[in-house]
Amino acid sequence: MYLIIVGGGKVGYYLSKSLLAEGYEVLLIEKNPRRAAFLIDELGADHVWVGDGCDSSTFAQVGMNRADAVIAVTGDDEDNLVVCLLAKRKFNVPRTIARINNPRNAEIFARLGIDVTVSTTEIIQAQIERALPLRSLVHLLALRRGGIQLVEGKVAPGAPADGRALRELGIPADALVVMVVRGDQTFIPSGETILRAEDEILAVTTPQSEPVLRRLLLGA
Amino acid sequence: MRIVILGCGRLGAYLARRFAQDGHEVIVIDRERQALEALGPDFPGETVVGMGIDAEVLRRAGIERADAFIAVTGYDNTNIMAAEVAREIFGVPRVITRLNDPLRAEIFQELGLKTVSPTALAVEAIRKCLEE
Repeated sequence: MYLIIVGGGKVGYYLSKSLLAEGYEVLLIEKNPRRAAFLIDELGADHVWVGDGCDSSTFAQVGMNRADAVIAVTGDDEDNLVVCLLAKRKFNVPRTIARINNPRNAEIFARLGIDVTVSTTEIIQAQIERALPLRSLVHLLALRRGGIQLVEGKVAPGAPADGRALRELGIPADALVVMVVRGDQTFIPSGETILRAEDEILAVTTPQSEPVLRRLLLGA
Repeated sequence: MRIVILGCGRLGAYLARRFAQDGHEVIVIDRERQALEALGPDFPGETVVGMGIDAEVLRRAGIERADAFIAVTGYDNTNIMAAEVAREIFGVPRVITRLNDPLRAEIFQELGLKTVSPTALAVEAIRKCLEE
């Protein structure tokens, strides 16, 4: 499996290092010669290419057309987009993966045909939400289009949901509780299911209905 | 025509004034307020401060109703991304992109963007001068 990584900053460097350790064929493209010299020392000259990753002549020289995936991890969303667009449309690379800084770009990249986006901002935010006992629903997964989210939360004592059947709660039509974890039991609820404090809830919801869902489950 | 211009450098400002003079409705976006001031106090069009690759900013500039979008910031990749968003997400009928890198201009032209490369145009013009 031949992987081309564009952008030799911290993300690109550590990613290349760990993918090399996994046994993949990796080529890291970095345009700053000084940074590239460091990368060559660390990763070996076979795994680093000095050049502009947005330049199609670079792409031709590194054998882009036989790459199984291109991973763009520079610090600029627009550079990552251009790398992936060139890889996808010009060189028919089967998988393109872009790092994005502005989480709002995820939908745009998806619509322009980029296969996967990784938002560092969102990952860090999700980790923080998990680590801190904030009164909010944890975002587990954004489902591609339409902004629908899979969220997780724990029913708070005294919240509207505590001791009431799901049917009676007035959950908006575009939100759905899909799973309840109670102690070591996990089940798919029906309208008759009576929620209790400390129940862990998995739900899908649109951004519009999330505040309502949060108030019902968490009481805040 | 309603024309949205991204980037208010020399080229962007000149285009904006020119199109406004011709009677078009012009909206200029730049991330620097100062750059927009270069249009002068008598500029009849609208201005928007913000990043042109941000769909929200483009919406604020009324891109949904635009007849044309012209991306002329100094950064090729910014222009490409903004142009793709204007074309693919907002369905603007005419999208024109300035790209300094002639090679990139050629490729993205092949891929369906209308691109203009000042570098290639200057090379052509200079060659013509020499041949005369």
